Amino acid sequence: MPQVATTLAFADRLGAWKARWGIGRLNYLVPPGLYAVGAPTPDAPVLVTANYKMSYDIVRSSLTGRNVWLLVLETYGINVWCAAGKGTFGTEELVRRIGISGLAGAVMHRRLILPILGAPGVAAHEVKKQTGFTIRYAAIRAGDLPAYLDNGMVTTPAMQELTFTLRERSVLIPVELVQALKPTALTAAVLFIAGAALKGPADGLTTVYAYLGAVVAGAAIAPLLLPWIPGRSFAVKGAVTGLTWITAFYLLAGGQGWSVPATAAAFLSIPAVSAFYALNFTGCTNYTSRSGVKKEMRIALPTMGCAVIFSALMVLAGRFL
Amino acid sequence: MKGFSYLRNVATLELNRDACIDCGRCSEVCPHQVFSLEENKARLINFDACMECGACAKNCPAAAIRVDAGVGCATGLINEWLREQNFYRVSKECC
Repeated sequence: MPQVATTLAFADRLGAWKARWGIGRLNYLVPPGLYAVGAPTPDAPVLVTANYKMSYDIVRSSLTGRNVWLLVLETYGINVWCAAGKGTFGTEELVRRIGISGLAGAVMHRRLILPILGAPGVAAHEVKKQTGFTIRYAAIRAGDLPAYLDNGMVTTPAMQELTFTLRERSVLIPVELVQALKPTALTAAVLFIAGAALKGPADGLTTVYAYLGAVVAGAAIAPLLLPWIPGRSFAVKGAVTGLTWITAFYLLAGGQGWSVPATAAAFLSIPAVSAFYALNFTGCTNYTSRSGVKKEMRIALPTMGCAVIFSALMVLAGRFL
Repeated sequence: MKGFSYLRNVATLELNRDACIDCGRCSEVCPHQVFSLEENKARLINFDACMECGACAKNCPAAAIRVDAGVGCATGLINEWLREQNFYRVSKECC
């Protein structure tokens, strides 16, 4: 039986930091199976989690001084919430893992404690039917596990309510920026060449700065300021931060000297770029619905596309007419 | 969820109260407190907070809940659409 430490080493913290920056994030995992935290007896509770190492680390570090069983499912290194959405943190894997791990022989009782965010993948009644194990969904955050276990396994309303604090949002930003890096670098190169060819290297650079600011406004500023930016739609929120950015850039970078078509193009295309990146952040939130995102995309994507194409046409027309 | 609200009247969530057996699972698994248990039946009290994760429908032993659950991010939806159009292979870089 593998024994689990409940204190995180420097290597664990470094690993989590690297994963947040997208370094080896898709291959950060622990072997699935049954683990012992402390010295669990056959009556000790059984907690279930995913085999993304960051998930496993967060769970075990919340269990200091306790004697419990930890059943780690094979989710291919994906966290509980995303794996439940995909179905890998699911009924089938849970049933299979209960069998392979010999859990029924290790414990006398037939109860499992699951994270609430694992529920989209697991049908509790099916697991009960197939294995005899009863499921209780304990809490959203692993940090609430001690209180849950100490309070006679009662879920308080706070344990069941999602939050999306500034801190919770900010840890998601690095990977957003890293993932935007490649397309952003390509676009910046194209913009520089186009700007330099049309007017000169200095204008090419100005275009690139404006564009990079638009990416940051959409992928970092909009997520950070999310609840304070007006609008329900993420595209609108992104357009707001983009418009704020281009206004500031216009005032600070001597926009008064820009040509009329260039100014119009900047105020049209920059908010569109920010809106695109802000819309992309819907995938990282914990309150946007698939139907809502679909609705936004149907309206926002064609609008953004038109804004960018129209901007390019204006700049070209301003140069050649 | 305090301080956050997304688009209204878009969720595909449906509850068939006649089929409800009052087991309480839906309100146990919903992270947005969409359900409440009243008069021995579940009731939708916060429809617009639904993020269509599908936990309630998956865990309803009476199959009284329906929701079109699935990937809800823009990148995922664009990839899904590109795949349907047979455009290109989809990169693995997603959560």
